[in-house]
Amino acid sequence: MSDDHDHHDGDDDHELRVSKIRDGTVIDHVHGGQALNVLAILGIDGSNGEEVSVGMNVPSDRLARKDIVKVEGRELSQDEVDVLSLIAPDATINIVRDYDVVEKHRVERPDVVEGVLSCPNAGCITTGDEPVTSRFSVLEDGVRCSYCETIVRDEIADLIDT
Amino acid sequence: MRHDHLITSKQLSRGDIETVLDYAAEIDADPSTVADRHAGTLLGLLFFEPSTRTKMSFETAMKRLGGDVVDMGSVESSSVTKGETLADTVRVIEGYTDALVLRHPKQGAATMASEFVDVPLVNAGDGAGHHPTQTMLDLYTIRENAGLDDLTIGIMGDLKYGRTVHSLAYALTNFDTRQHFISPESLQLPREVVYDLHQRQDGTGIKEHDSLEDVLPSLDVLYVTRIQRERFPDENEYQKVAGEYQIDAATLEAASDDLTVMHPLPRVDEIAPEIDETDHAAYFEQAHNGVPVRMALLDLLLSDDRGLGGGSDE
Ligand SMILES: [Zn+2]
Repeated sequence: MSDDHDHHDGDDDHELRVSKIRDGTVIDHVHGGQALNVLAILGIDGSNGEEVSVGMNVPSDRLARKDIVKVEGRELSQDEVDVLSLIAPDATINIVRDYDVVEKHRVERPDVVEGVLSCPNAGCITTGDEPVTSRFSVLEDGVRCSYCETIVRDEIADLIDT
Repeated sequence: MRHDHLITSKQLSRGDIETVLDYAAEIDADPSTVADRHAGTLLGLLFFEPSTRTKMSFETAMKRLGGDVVDMGSVESSSVTKGETLADTVRVIEGYTDALVLRHPKQGAATMASEFVDVPLVNAGDGAGHHPTQTMLDLYTIRENAGLDDLTIGIMGDLKYGRTVHSLAYALTNFDTRQHFISPESLQLPREVVYDLHQRQDGTGIKEHDSLEDVLPSLDVLYVTRIQRERFPDENEYQKVAGEYQIDAATLEAASDDLTVMHPLPRVDEIAPEIDETDHAAYFEQAHNGVPVRMALLDLLLSDDRGLGGGSDE
């Protein structure tokens, strides 16, 4: 899966590197080590045949080490990527068409995330067999279960519902 | 916007609370005025945890409004033991009744259940979460005895698992109160609750203590809750800790003559029986108040023309 062979030019050569896919989405400036969590949060596991490339711990100017994720053939919407702000607040999203970056934007913190995280509180109604989708409101410094009101500030990636 | 469900005391504004308490006082003064208001109305009682007292209080309230109740019965004998989800249970019972009362061991159960039903749903306790009808009867009792503004209250005992305490503390932030929380370190308020209290008030009105001694003389109300044996690893530890949070006549010598002592009951040995006969004791009155307060709440929730008003949803 790794395609770090096209990263050795370094971070400066941004346009060149993110243009390596033809059509799709490049998620850049992901904190080092979070790439697989990015895929998990987006529900992308390759089982639908998407072409996915992951670069891990690539040297970067802005972050000491960054991860980069490229998804060929799929343009991720702002709503889809905003949830990434929980684990990759500095991520930039590049939408690529015919090898050109046609859109570039940052992730924004959403007010609510649904169905992405699971509640760590064993006493919470959402952790049983109920037909309910998890829901967390996003606080300045964490997330909070809308059902049991538990607040999680650290290790939010551990809550990703896989 | 009116609230069709009563899930948490956080949803209630000062105006909402005063509406309920005023109406409860009217009913308390002359229950006959509402005796037939809800003839033919059926209230469904879904208690997934045993609580004879709260259940009887709701049953009495509904019957005094002219209505009746249907009771799921004990969990052991119901379809829950066959693995039915709460979401299914409430949707079935909703079809039989005009409103539901739910007590459930899981936190957030009432919030979830309310998303599946159209009839009004009242939370009668969800795990360590909320218990808003207890809060309303507590507020009613406080108002009758000490008034709700310029109030200094001590809340003592198991503050970690006590949903009664959490609900009451949230509601009191609507008023001009100073809240002192007194507990052993292991049973302090959950950080979530402290966070919320600070969000709701500027935080200057909230203080935590490990001993009653320092704050007792300043209190208008002392609200005592039970420290349960099962919260401790062994009997010795429990005896040692729990003993420090029990009160008797000697304890109260340091208190103001006007101190009101409350307890959600049932008590075990947190309050010595010798206090029962003093002017401090308000806990039996508090239990009695459950009926008019629940009558007021049920009537407001069940009446198209009244509703349980309120602005700020959270
Ligand atoms: Zn939860």
